[in-house]
Amino acid sequence: MRTSVQEMIAQSKGKKNKKFMEKMIPVILFLIASVSVLTTIGIVVTLVIETITFFTRVSVADFLFGTTWLPFSNKQELFGIWPLIIGTLKVTLIAVIVAVPIGIASAIYLSEYASETVRRIVKPVLEVLAGVPTIVYGFFALTFVTPLLQSVFPEIKIFNAISPGIVVGIMIIPMIASLSEDAMSSVPKQIREGALAMGSTKFEVAWKITVPAALSGIIASIVLAVSRAIGETMIVSLAGGSTPKFNGDFTDSIQTMTAYIVQVSKGDAGYGTTIYYSIYAVGFTLFIFTMLMNILAGYVSKRFREEY
Amino acid sequence: MTMTIKADKKKSAATPEQGIKVPVYQTKELNLWYGEKHALKNIDLDINENEVTAIIGPSGCGKSTYIKTLNRMVELVPSVKTSGEILYRDRNIFSSDYQVEELRTRVGMVFQKPNPFPKSIYDNIAYGPRIHGIKNKKILDEIVEKSLRGAAIWDEVKDRLNENAYSISGGQQQRICIARALAIEPDVILMDEPTSALDPISTLKVEELVQELKEDYSIIIVTHNMQQAARISDKTAFFLNGEVIEFDETDAIFSNPSDKRTEDYISGRFG
Amino acid sequence: MRYIEHERVVKRMNGRLVTNVIFKGIFLAATSLAILALVLLAYRIITQGAGHLSLDFLSNFSSRFPDRAGIKAALIGSLWLMAVVAPTAIILGVGSAIYLEEYAKKNKITSFIRINIANLAGVPSIVFGLLGLTIFVRAFALGNSILAAGFTMSLLILPVIIVASQEAIRSVPGELREASLGMGATKWQTIVKIILPAAIPGILTGSILALSRAIGETAPLIVIGVPVIIQFLPAGIMDTFTALPIQIFDWASRPQQEFQTVAAAGIIVLMIFLLLMNSIAVIIRNKFQKRY
Repeated sequence: MRTSVQEMIAQSKGKKNKKFMEKMIPVILFLIASVSVLTTIGIVVTLVIETITFFTRVSVADFLFGTTWLPFSNKQELFGIWPLIIGTLKVTLIAVIVAVPIGIASAIYLSEYASETVRRIVKPVLEVLAGVPTIVYGFFALTFVTPLLQSVFPEIKIFNAISPGIVVGIMIIPMIASLSEDAMSSVPKQIREGALAMGSTKFEVAWKITVPAALSGIIASIVLAVSRAIGETMIVSLAGGSTPKFNGDFTDSIQTMTAYIVQVSKGDAGYGTTIYYSIYAVGFTLFIFTMLMNILAGYVSKRFREEY
Repeated sequence: MTMTIKADKKKSAATPEQGIKVPVYQTKELNLWYGEKHALKNIDLDINENEVTAIIGPSGCGKSTYIKTLNRMVELVPSVKTSGEILYRDRNIFSSDYQVEELRTRVGMVFQKPNPFPKSIYDNIAYGPRIHGIKNKKILDEIVEKSLRGAAIWDEVKDRLNENAYSISGGQQQRICIARALAIEPDVILMDEPTSALDPISTLKVEELVQELKEDYSIIIVTHNMQQAARISDKTAFFLNGEVIEFDETDAIFSNPSDKRTEDYISGRFG
Repeated sequence: MRYIEHERVVKRMNGRLVTNVIFKGIFLAATSLAILALVLLAYRIITQGAGHLSLDFLSNFSSRFPDRAGIKAALIGSLWLMAVVAPTAIILGVGSAIYLEEYAKKNKITSFIRINIANLAGVPSIVFGLLGLTIFVRAFALGNSILAAGFTMSLLILPVIIVASQEAIRSVPGELREASLGMGATKWQTIVKIILPAAIPGILTGSILALSRAIGETAPLIVIGVPVIIQFLPAGIMDTFTALPIQIFDWASRPQQEFQTVAAAGIIVLMIFLLLMNSIAVIIRNKFQKRY
């Protein structure tokens, strides 16, 4: 007589390793999921330990309050972080000036004016723009934007803050545009209709209804984009230069925190030298900046979210 | 004001021999298509001043489409085509020199679901006057109070004007939306199933409000609720499959319909 | 009394309509500007680099002489890198996503993991380089090998893959799950036989997009110490190597004008590489869209 399906099932159920498997799998998956946590811990521990080593050689006060960054000096090395921070902020400022108006204007166009067809074309283009490697943007800044700027303003040096700033701005436009567009699109259609039915123009709907309602999402998108700009490396390494300066000049060569780390990594600062540890101290500073930005973005979008 | 007086008024307004009625809307040979779908067919309707006109019919009959055509909100659907004309105060609303924005400042609208702006109650009401250039705080205050009183919600919200409009109940939100429409002092108010998302008590309040508003405004109300149409309207149009089957005094429609389909519908045989 | 005079409303109407048209123009111009930037970028790089593209460019090693410089070592190196990153990142990413979507209880640990993933996505890539340098290159003594670089890159793109996989798993209808469990299948059987097959298009699309990000990343490789001038091909994952973006960075930072042409040619190769990967992702996305 043939065994019935139910009997076969009963036999196979008896196998112990199957039950064991069912119990082990969540454990294994939990271990895998904790890799991301371990990564964060790894980043923090690495940065903290190596930075502490750095501070056994350079005083914390010199690092935090110094306004001269001269790590390669033969006579007196100076590790005052401010010139690197200023360099980073110069680029970020230019990037924000470029990207915030264009990004938000594009988001308004896409969410309030554009037809479905236009949206279907433009959104993938923005995705492509967001997917272009930063090395490509860096090359574009160095070989196209800088010469273009120089032909208009001859006083601009070959390495400067404006050119990489503009290109970092172009790089973060898609981020602001698509995140802001998401925030605006999530404002319910009926609310827009309510405003249109009162005789509002589309601009009035966008400016007085949608943008205020989506404001928390828009601000969060800007903060996240600023965080990206601060951490951006290749564009500033190629087009920003490697002379950290503590001044307000945008036309002259600068160095950002990220570009300094690249500069040291490219050369052969031997393991164990002060310069080697300095990249961790700089990296830690950078990490804190971007982390604060990310937390701020999360706070803004949660705290000020509109209910509708 | 009590309901009995209102009811009397309604009766008197409904009698045909009560003088000449001025039409606000004259619809002539109106056809409308969503892409291939013929949604409104040869509509001819005259809607009079200071009356409540109810539009009834089963879902999908075109009643919502029709009311949204009256302020051209229907054009938000990209594939819409129309033919024929609708005269609002003797001007064709489809003519190229008639801006929709101008039309819509004269014709207010209240929607199925309350849709206040995510702003304070005050800013909701002041929105319309502000876009029309009124900036004076004192005048705005007066308009806000007048509109909220007009929508019979002043007493409930006067102490919380700065709270978000979404912090109050759905029924209150709907009256805020009515007040918002009143704030720009429209000529006509379109109501697209304004009570369909409300509880019975809120519904009653809105219905009473419609009765009061009739004094100063012409009201066109779409409703799927026949009792509601019978209670509040002076005239009723019955729509079916994109056509006007019957349009008459409400009393006549409900007591003595001339078309079999109207009779079937109001007696609940379909829909 | 009336506050709103119709005549005044009509008088102001033109101004408001003009404002609307002007701003529509501004918003459209801004959107076009973003697109224009992309067109300009592509045009510049193609006109600069196309002349240098040839089979020799693909089959030569890099060189001190611009006309002889080729991209072979970098291209093969990037492929090796992918061979490590793809399995590592996908296993870790999909595993984490399955845990979070199917097994994790709603408790503090789970929400901590979720917040952590979101924050990890915001950490600059160069910081991942510092992590890789300390942990993989030095502590694990992997040196500047393909393996060290691959692990670093895997961690970098891990958050992207986790989030994409979570979304893919979440979009599998609950009825499928219930149908399988209702027949007495175990949870794991349901996941492997029902949920993963249904979620695989979304997972693949997200993973390919994440991998294309890894191919274009430069900064972590520099920090790890991936060299530029390499005249041999790696034989295994413990060998040292170079990669496309590193090679391009090197050419772009050389002072000689001729090397800019070489760098542009390298960028074209990199972009074609990325375009191919993105096309595959789009094909997968379109082919499997809306199946329920």
